[in-house]
Amino acid sequence: MTLGFYPGCSLKGSSREYAESVLALAKAFDINLEEITDWNCCGATAAHNMNKELSLALPARILSLAEKQGLTEIVVPCAACYSRLTVTKHELAKDPALKAVVTVANDLEYTGSVNVLNIVQFLDKYIIPNLEGRVVKPFDHKVACYYGCLLVRPHEILNFDREEDPQSLDVLMLKAGATPIDWAFKTECCGAGLSVSRTSSVGRLSGRIVGDAKDRGAEAIIVACPMCHSNLDMRRDSINSYLGEKVDIPVLYITQAIGLAVGLDRKALGLQRHFVKVTV
Amino acid sequence: MSSDTHHSKISGLGGEVFEHTEVKASHCYQCGKCSAGCPLSEEMDYPPSVIMRMLQTGDPVLEDKVLRSFSIWVCLTCEMCFARCPMSIDIPKMMDFLREKSVNEKKANSKAKEIIAFHRSFLDSIKYTGRLYEIGLFVDYKARTLRILDDLALAPKMMKRGKLNIIPELIKDRSGVAAIFRKSNKKNKN
Amino acid sequence: MSKIGVFVCHCGENISATVDCAKVAETAGNYDGVTFSVDYKYMCSDPGQNLIKSAIRDKGLTGVVVASCSPRMHEPTFRKACAEAGLNPFMCEMANLREHCSWVHEKGEATTEKAIDLVRILVEKVKYNHSLNEIKVPVTKTALVIGGGIAGIQASLDIANTGHKVILIEKDPSIGGHMSQLSETFPTLDCSQCILTPRMVEVAQHPNITLYTYAELESLEGFIGNFKAKIRKKSKSLDEKLCTGCGLCTTKCPVKKIPSEFNEGLGKRTAIYVPFPQAVPNKPVIDRKNCTYYIKGKCKVCEIVCPTGAIRFDQEDEIVELEVGAIVIATGFTVKQPDFFPEYGYGKYADVITGLQFERLASASGPTLGEIRRPSDGKVPEKIVFLACAGSRDPAKGIPYCSKICCMYIAKHAMLYQHKVHGGKSYVFYMDIRAGGKQYEEFVRRAIEDDGVNYVRGRVSRIYEKNGKLIVNGVDTLLNAMPVEIEADMVVLATAGVANEGAEELAQKLHISYDPYKFFAEAHPKLKPVETNTAGIFLAGACQAPRDIPESVAMASGAAVKVAGLFSQDELTREPIIAVVNRQAPPVYSSCVGCFLCVSACPYQAIEKEEIKNRNGEVVKSIAKVNPGLCQGCGTCVAFCRTKSIDIQGYTHEQMYSEVMALLNEY
Repeated sequence: MTLGFYPGCSLKGSSREYAESVLALAKAFDINLEEITDWNCCGATAAHNMNKELSLALPARILSLAEKQGLTEIVVPCAACYSRLTVTKHELAKDPALKAVVTVANDLEYTGSVNVLNIVQFLDKYIIPNLEGRVVKPFDHKVACYYGCLLVRPHEILNFDREEDPQSLDVLMLKAGATPIDWAFKTECCGAGLSVSRTSSVGRLSGRIVGDAKDRGAEAIIVACPMCHSNLDMRRDSINSYLGEKVDIPVLYITQAIGLAVGLDRKALGLQRHFVKVTV
Repeated sequence: MSSDTHHSKISGLGGEVFEHTEVKASHCYQCGKCSAGCPLSEEMDYPPSVIMRMLQTGDPVLEDKVLRSFSIWVCLTCEMCFARCPMSIDIPKMMDFLREKSVNEKKANSKAKEIIAFHRSFLDSIKYTGRLYEIGLFVDYKARTLRILDDLALAPKMMKRGKLNIIPELIKDRSGVAAIFRKSNKKNKN
Repeated sequence: MSKIGVFVCHCGENISATVDCAKVAETAGNYDGVTFSVDYKYMCSDPGQNLIKSAIRDKGLTGVVVASCSPRMHEPTFRKACAEAGLNPFMCEMANLREHCSWVHEKGEATTEKAIDLVRILVEKVKYNHSLNEIKVPVTKTALVIGGGIAGIQASLDIANTGHKVILIEKDPSIGGHMSQLSETFPTLDCSQCILTPRMVEVAQHPNITLYTYAELESLEGFIGNFKAKIRKKSKSLDEKLCTGCGLCTTKCPVKKIPSEFNEGLGKRTAIYVPFPQAVPNKPVIDRKNCTYYIKGKCKVCEIVCPTGAIRFDQEDEIVELEVGAIVIATGFTVKQPDFFPEYGYGKYADVITGLQFERLASASGPTLGEIRRPSDGKVPEKIVFLACAGSRDPAKGIPYCSKICCMYIAKHAMLYQHKVHGGKSYVFYMDIRAGGKQYEEFVRRAIEDDGVNYVRGRVSRIYEKNGKLIVNGVDTLLNAMPVEIEADMVVLATAGVANEGAEELAQKLHISYDPYKFFAEAHPKLKPVETNTAGIFLAGACQAPRDIPESVAMASGAAVKVAGLFSQDELTREPIIAVVNRQAPPVYSSCVGCFLCVSACPYQAIEKEEIKNRNGEVVKSIAKVNPGLCQGCGTCVAFCRTKSIDIQGYTHEQMYSEVMALLNEY
């Protein structure tokens, strides 16, 4: 079984462990993830903040390449890339004049036929149906599932889960043997792209998230976005500074948590790459 | 809600916003729910509902302030405002438009220097390689902002964890990507 | 031979500004069959009407065409004038030279030509007019009032006090409606039940009022003055004649944990229950869905303890047939449960409640005996937050309209809270304050100025729970959208007022119109607020739109007087513009072949089957027959009839054909 795979820039660099865990999990379930040949950066936040046409043309090129490669479905683990690709599909389908302008630059054919899956949809469709009997080390901990912004908003375009108190990650973690807690910061922004240019804001926003998770007894925070992971993990010093105390709760990608539950090797899942030691 | 079969042309910045984003400032009844839920609202000079009000007035002085505001740059496009707005006003889309216009007209707030520098460094990085080269991004960003000491300690920590690539990844069709940049930059001066 | 008179009106300048009226009159005077043609400045005025009357008398006119405004304006005026002069009123037709010509075209020859055409076709039509006589129908002087809330109660009392009989039906076990759930009413802070219950008792005791509770409308037939209604009296499992209302059964019933509807889910009731202590009638009903006997066949404790043996487990629903002359609909409204606002946590957090639930807490007969207490732990809240517009004025999630009463009841709730919880702090998050009634604005100012309620202008983005408190994230838009966070003990949401469930079905049973929100439609938004488009059916109260008590009472009295006006006549006259199936001499009897397509086409069920018998009493033919009392003259049957056997009086095939031919032929 082969699926298209768009890692995006983060998974190749600063969030390498996310890619490792996705690929390890896919391999364990006999799924071949075929990377889109010669893929480019989707433009992330920078493109849509500065230049509308650019912000649509870059993802359009990615989708055209996938089409050219004969891929009907691609999995996009990064929530930001998932958002950009889905929004681009939506905008170009809605406005044919815009589509013509944007795809001229690409010089590739674009029909918008590729189906874009986020990591949760990928897990739900291809991993969970075969999970029966494979949970050898249940992830027996209290977890705070953190969705961030771009997985669930705007609902009209993404049509995924629900905007308030989403449950898709919680359900996955239940199946992995964990106890997801009800908490108040599931979908509050972590500070996103301000990580470098305004780190203090990240300290505050991510600090509120970690603080609430800690107050409610979470032993781990589960994420599905490399940006969120980076802010909650790599920027832990800023968070601790905002909270006025040192908080040790580790942050795991959903694929790492499920990988652990099905008995995959910790190194294969990249857990040693985290800034906050993963003790669970 | 009234149908849009007949409406008088909206003047000024509000009219431009409507033309490019379908956001009609007159729909906003200033309930403030967007500002209440905005995570960055306390760092903004004008929270989102106030920006909407400024656009509603059609006053060129206020419109200028909007383009020169810090709000539009510190906005994270987290989409929380749009998700909760009772009038379904697409504020994030409007913010994107205001940002682009603000930079093109050289009105970007000076406090947003670092934020804009980061965006520019990011885009410059992918313009030439097709994919993000983090070290390149950092170097370019520090050159633009002169924040040389920031996050200096971070680089070796990342490298130790295998999170920082020394060598950039170059895609094959770099000219294709460069062409995309060229074409989209024709109108803009980014 | 026709002797038609043509009267062209200038209508001041309304017609003459663009149409050459003199020329129209002159041209018409030359038509075959027209013996008198004149133009005049104001045809509807006394001298104008006298002009018509003298012409009829002096020239012996057999038909009249008044070329002036729309028939909707003055057809009755001119027809009355003709009748007074001795000409059958239906020999008078109007050509609309104003709305159809002078008002919609520029001045010029073409406009005058069009006016001439309009006159010509009506002249040709009148040649085929027949004298018609108005139809008289009797009036049943009994009213049916559907809904026993304050509006229904008021309407029933008002009609009953004019000496006519009223049947009041209410679907709940007791009358009283939402007003009986309220603690105090604005702007006087009168105890709601104290002012309501005397009226409820008056209804029960009034000699002219028959009260059926736990009853609903099953079906309705007929027309104004002559309705036939079927009421379903749902089985209470009780012989009401034997029951004394002692209430022993309700104290012994073992099923005690059913959420009480009257207490909006905050209290519990038993399976055999009286909804509240002041209920009228004060007799219980058995909730069969939750009663052990009906579910499992066991128990029957109520039957055992009842001192008069009034329990009847086998009792079935009863259908009562009524003949009534007028109907008043007073079915009220309901509140939209705000669980579509997941960001507010209603349904998730026990201490987030609706305005109506707060009324039950504040009410002396409520689950907490009038003390404001948190549903979660029973503690008195030190800080309470009220959210306005939780569902109203919200196109994205709720309804776009304003529910009118919430601004007032929020002020009331906040005031009651401050009166009951000294030292407590209350906050109201609002967008606007709508306080347009008498003493309403002063009432809200009292809340702010005297009782110290904190009004914050802005909406709340979300509410979440932490450490037993509800964290409310709002904003103050009057302070540059400054964030306002409150750690509250209780949150009250002002929910939207919406139409009752089942409103659509009821409207369809009654054949009345309703709007997209399922509120019943008034006949004219400005000038006919208590009438519907269906003659004989009137509206009162919140079933038409959300409203407060004074307006509901006013509307109810208004509807009552319309009913009284209807009942002040022994007979009703109806216009004879109805369909008629032709009859001919035997052996044909009628060109109708009895296909009865018209019966299925008729929207008013006004066509029946008639059996034609010969002299020996044998049925020769079955044909269609129109009930002149029910027919509304819509003409659908005429379009359906394949043999052209059915025709509308006043708009016959001949008349319509002559108009068309007059238009096509050059004169």
